[in-house]
Amino acid sequence: MARAADDRHKWLVTLVAWGLALAIFFPILWTLLTSFKTEAAAVAIPPQFLFFDWTTENYTEVWARTDYLRHFTNSVIIAVGSSLVGLLVAIPAAWSMAFSPTRRTRGVLLWMLSTKMLPAVGVLVPIYLLFKRAGLLDTRTGLVIVLMLSNLPIMVWMLFTYFKEIPRDILEAARMDGATAGRELLHILTPMALPGIASTLLLNVILAWNESFWTLNLTAASTGPLTAFIASFSAPEGLFYAKLSAASTLAIAPIVVLGWLSQKQLVRGLTFGAVK
Amino acid sequence: MASTHNGATARLMLSPAVALLLLWMAVPLAMTLWYSLHDYQLLMPRGHEFLGLENYVYFLTDPAFFESLVNTFALLLGVLAITVLGGIGLAMLLDRPMYGQGIVRVLVVSPFFVMPTVSALVWKNMFMNPVNGLFAWLAQVFGMRAIDWLAEVPLLSLTLIVAWGWLPFATLILLTALQSLDTEQKEAAEMDGANAFDRFVHITLPHLARPIAVVILIQTIFLLSLFAEILVTTNGGPGNQSTNLAYLVYSQALLRFDVGSASAGGVVAVVFANILAIFLMRLVGKNLER
Repeated sequence: MARAADDRHKWLVTLVAWGLALAIFFPILWTLLTSFKTEAAAVAIPPQFLFFDWTTENYTEVWARTDYLRHFTNSVIIAVGSSLVGLLVAIPAAWSMAFSPTRRTRGVLLWMLSTKMLPAVGVLVPIYLLFKRAGLLDTRTGLVIVLMLSNLPIMVWMLFTYFKEIPRDILEAARMDGATAGRELLHILTPMALPGIASTLLLNVILAWNESFWTLNLTAASTGPLTAFIASFSAPEGLFYAKLSAASTLAIAPIVVLGWLSQKQLVRGLTFGAVK
Repeated sequence: MASTHNGATARLMLSPAVALLLLWMAVPLAMTLWYSLHDYQLLMPRGHEFLGLENYVYFLTDPAFFESLVNTFALLLGVLAITVLGGIGLAMLLDRPMYGQGIVRVLVVSPFFVMPTVSALVWKNMFMNPVNGLFAWLAQVFGMRAIDWLAEVPLLSLTLIVAWGWLPFATLILLTALQSLDTEQKEAAEMDGANAFDRFVHITLPHLARPIAVVILIQTIFLLSLFAEILVTTNGGPGNQSTNLAYLVYSQALLRFDVGSASAGGVVAVVFANILAIFLMRLVGKNLER
């Protein structure tokens, strides 16, 4: 009797949850479906949900008529580049704060977080002018630098919370055994630190891929990553829903899939380790 | 001996990050301050006359400033309300046993990974367009007038677009927090005859207080700099109805080439962010470290 009620309840929860989840996901699904329609079918009233003539012409056209590949490459270089350079700076910093904390560590960490609270518009003008003078405006190098700096606090925090969990006894035990600092790092700590470093890298690639303040303000046509490429669809001519959908699908697919794989790390990284 | 050596190494390892962040903060901020006190037009490169606070007076007395300030906070509060309340509800739902929980979770979190320019353009064209949008079709089906969302209610439309992207974030954080709630505690309360409402108020909500604070902090950081969504949908219009502080500074600087007044606006934005930051960091700061 009670089991039957439990079962009914479970089905009810399932139904409601799936309904809401599909509603939330719907814009993405709709974009995906529209990308396979002709332009005429894309704006048809009533909307055509599944029964239309599926076509891949939008993808071939986006591929042929725009520089999609170049913008995609820009996105990869900027997102991965800024994350890797960021790691080079953040790993030593997080390491030293996790393993040799001082009185000031807490203050330094909070100060770093506070730099992230600085609104980007507060420094937009000088960065723009400095970059113009240094020839960094509209270059991928410039964006790698800016995104690395703007995500550095998150990287340090995230790595710090991971490193903090490496038991220090292990470190001390290794020292007692007479391991040198180099060996200590290579054989004992690296394997323990690697998952945290990988998660940090992953989360920052996602953040940098979608970053749309600096990427829109500091680039023009040729070096723009996908965020800027998609923004160029905001002043279109003629029918373009299907092509917009195809371009959008191509732009978000890789990162949405990465996102699915990194839900746990995302929670931890973006809450600075406060929620796990 | 060993410990001083360690201390020096530790400082050496920490210094590049600190130095870079200092540079990233201090140099541009100092420049913004300097510009804000001078007559600096991008199109007239010579003769940066000292103006004192004139740029500030100009920026702060511009009716667009007050409007943009109101819009900034309206967007912030609107999105926070939708995402936090919706997130609590969704998280509690997803925490229950169901079939296909993994897939449901994947569907719900997906919008968070959609870049702002894509989500804004998809909503603008395929949903909110008064002729071809799905909402217009729905209105027609129900015999109502089709609304030109971004022209008639630009701020509400932007709130919905942005909230769609952040609802998954709040849900994911709160769900993770709920899953760490002790089920024994919940069951004990149930045995004691506490009803669902009591359990929610006395057990679930206190447990969620900290994650909710974190969600508010993180979202505030990102929402104060909301920009791309406005740029590709309304350009701040009609009039200044959807212009926020970030967009106003951008348009002063890069559309009207008035570096001086844009910088004054930048300083104002920093001041507001700092007031909020102090408030929020105090709220969250002591919880961040165990």
